[in-house]
Amino acid sequence: METKKINLDTNCPNTWCPGCGDFGILMAFKQAVTSMIESGTPKENIVITGDIGCSSKIADYLGLNSFIGLHGRSISLAEGIKMGNPDLKVFAFLGDGGCLDEGISHLIHAAKRNTDITVIMHNNRLFALTTGQFTAVTPKGLKTRSTPSGSIEEPLNPLELLIASNASFIARAYSSRIEDVKNLVLEGAEHKGFSFIEILQPCVSFYNTIEFYNERVYYSQNPNLESKESALKLAREWNYNGEGRIPLGVMYKTDRPVFESETLSLVPRKEDFEKCLKTHS
Amino acid sequence: MKKDYSIIVGGAAGQGSRKAGLIIAKIFKKLGYFVYIYDDYQSLIKGGHNFSQIRISDEFIAGRREKIDVLVAFDKKTIDLHEKDLNTKGILIFNKNKNPEEKGIGIDADSIVKHLQGKPIMANTAMIGGFLKIIGINWSIAKNVLEKEFGEKDNLNMEIAKQAYDSVNTLTKIEKSKAKNPEYLMTGNEAAALGATKAGLDIYYAYPMTPASGILHYFAEHEKDLGVVTIQPENEIAVANEAIGSAYAGKRTMVASSSGGFALMSEAICLSAISETPVLFVNSQRMGPATGVPTYSGQSDLLFCINPGPGDFENFVAAPSNSEESAIWTGNLLNWSWKYQTPSILLLDKELSEGTFSVSKNIFKGIRKEKELLWNKKGEYKRYSITESGISPLSFPGTKDALIKTSSYEHDESGLTVEENEAIITAMQEKRIRKFEEMKKIADSEDAIKIYGNKKSKIAVISWGFTAGAVREASENLGLKFVQPILMSPFPVKQMIKALQDVEEIILVENNTTGQLGVLMAMNGIYADKKVLKYTSRPFTIEELEDRITKAMKV
Ligand SMILES: Cc1ncc(C[n+]2csc(CCOP(=O)(O)OP(=O)(O)O)c2C)c(N)n1
Ligand code: SF4
Repeated sequence: METKKINLDTNCPNTWCPGCGDFGILMAFKQAVTSMIESGTPKENIVITGDIGCSSKIADYLGLNSFIGLHGRSISLAEGIKMGNPDLKVFAFLGDGGCLDEGISHLIHAAKRNTDITVIMHNNRLFALTTGQFTAVTPKGLKTRSTPSGSIEEPLNPLELLIASNASFIARAYSSRIEDVKNLVLEGAEHKGFSFIEILQPCVSFYNTIEFYNERVYYSQNPNLESKESALKLAREWNYNGEGRIPLGVMYKTDRPVFESETLSLVPRKEDFEKCLKTHS
Repeated sequence: MKKDYSIIVGGAAGQGSRKAGLIIAKIFKKLGYFVYIYDDYQSLIKGGHNFSQIRISDEFIAGRREKIDVLVAFDKKTIDLHEKDLNTKGILIFNKNKNPEEKGIGIDADSIVKHLQGKPIMANTAMIGGFLKIIGINWSIAKNVLEKEFGEKDNLNMEIAKQAYDSVNTLTKIEKSKAKNPEYLMTGNEAAALGATKAGLDIYYAYPMTPASGILHYFAEHEKDLGVVTIQPENEIAVANEAIGSAYAGKRTMVASSSGGFALMSEAICLSAISETPVLFVNSQRMGPATGVPTYSGQSDLLFCINPGPGDFENFVAAPSNSEESAIWTGNLLNWSWKYQTPSILLLDKELSEGTFSVSKNIFKGIRKEKELLWNKKGEYKRYSITESGISPLSFPGTKDALIKTSSYEHDESGLTVEENEAIITAMQEKRIRKFEEMKKIADSEDAIKIYGNKKSKIAVISWGFTAGAVREASENLGLKFVQPILMSPFPVKQMIKALQDVEEIILVENNTTGQLGVLMAMNGIYADKKVLKYTSRPFTIEELEDRITKAMKV
């Protein structure tokens, strides 16, 4: 049997800088989606949302249903789409700036309510599209265009935050390790409930971390995926500042009720408008 | 002569004066009257003074009078504050056990409750029971309504009401009205919820903010009957963006907030506009700026709603004045949002949102879901295909052989970002402008403005939103013409000019400091001669309007 070639390209010119980690993420995501489609997910049921940033341009480069929304709001948009049609597979793309600065409240609440979407955060640890300013995960001391003497703030550890927010699937990947990215995307997509995948992504133009990551990343599956303690231990191995090893892989995974199905189970198919009107007579 | 009575029921916050007011209103509705209830309370939970002013008439009414005929006082403060408003023949009814010294008709409310072993709060049931007897309502009518309100099993409240009813004498007799017997009593918020439901609303998103919260409470309470999924996200920004997401997925969505919370949705309104994703935004305005006066009235958001965000776009804005209009226009706006793929704004205010009005039965029969323009599934789908009307057929994710790409960036026909190609950028802007031209045709449709009163008068009074209800009545009493625009954007210029062509003087009445409708009219070449403004955060009374409009006419 001949399978139709799955085309995931668009004719939108790519404007990422050569060598940017975003290319690896694009390639890995295409592979993951291809595999999803091959194993039965209808292509038309896949939707991605974008934020505003270099990272979110991925939506223009993918021949999939997409909605590029506002800066910081990619997760909210994805949540709305999933609630609108729970049959859809929804991926929310965004950068660390959109995710952890502008839109951090949406991240925490989406995790808390266990909405069934997959969030993919490109972490280049600064605002790139606005030409390099510090974000919540910029290492202390880094000189950026808005911190010429070095950032004075300690970075936030987003994985710790997600564990505390009760996210039901948390993973970290590195954009240069394409096969891992692909597998984690597939695992996150398969997970029923909120999945968060941080992808460490070097920005070659404003903060080139390729060597830094190459030296430090290692694959480390949490032996006890449902244990928050061991997840926290892994999450704390690297503090987003300087030294230390950087674990990759799934850090935490648990099953709990999904927001959309819980919500929709409250609303019956058959409506009774007249009954409601009667309460006014 | 026209029957027209006003009753105030007041007490401390938590004493249940609002509920009592509603029960009394329902009894008058049963007697065939039109009813309007003004609810007054402060932004606190316990300890403040609350009151409901129930006005009944055999004609439609949507404003309060200064003078009242009956005062039902649950506490001393109510007497102190409102006794002065009683007509010379007015009746004061009070809780005798709380105010033994008072002159008027005392009801042994606390003793009755104690005797029947009820809870202290049930004193308000006793007060209602006594009140009904005093104004000569038959027990059979009272019983019928009370049983419905308390639930059939609540014998205790019924016994309390009956004992209080029997404990006093009838002083006056309010007869049945010969009015048309309007069918329903509902607030503007409730009417908006029902109107939207009838126009096919699927999901309602909101973050609480008075006076818009009533819509959230109503949808949540009636989620099963109405079938509208009701969700409270983490803030207004999430609310608006989630609503846009659901609309992209093909579901009709509505969101609501008040002034400051509505302002937080500004960027999302722009997203709805450029991405052409339909969402109905409700702004139940309070007196601003910022937190302002949370539970009182103002009309200071009109100009903001006309221009709710940066960029060149137009959105619908409608400002109804009572519950019937609220239902109709919520339905209109939801349908039009989908027809024109645009954000719409329903502009309510505190008095409309929370005031209770009579609504006739056939209103909801006239509201239905109108179909949006859908892709015919021929050829390649392009979300933003350039069309003559500017409206591109919709399709939703999950549709085979269609890529639905939507964006907040300026985009090409297939929804991909464009920055370089000036021709495409120009064409997309012009496509949306053509759509706005189509929207303007709606402004020429006959319901966009209403005209009342003496059509031959050379003086026209103009007002909008809730204020229009009282201004209409005062203008009619003064023999003047009254004009009320309901659609504010696109502004019904042609209809307004026609309505005002033989008029020599225009008097504008608004509940704000700057006369915002006056500014909007001037932008459209219509100039008011005089302004009557009130910005005490309380609505106009009929008497006050008659007085101020008369004075304005003289200068
Ligand atoms: C509301 C709003 N604020 C600010 C901006 C400007 N802006 C565009 S992209 C961006 C930050 C992008 O950083 P990040 O989210 O980390 O994505 P990256 O470009 O690094 O991939 C900002 C602040 C905007 N578009 N919208
Ligand atoms: S600026 Fe950085 S993140 Fe943006 S495309 Fe270039 S390398 Fe990538």
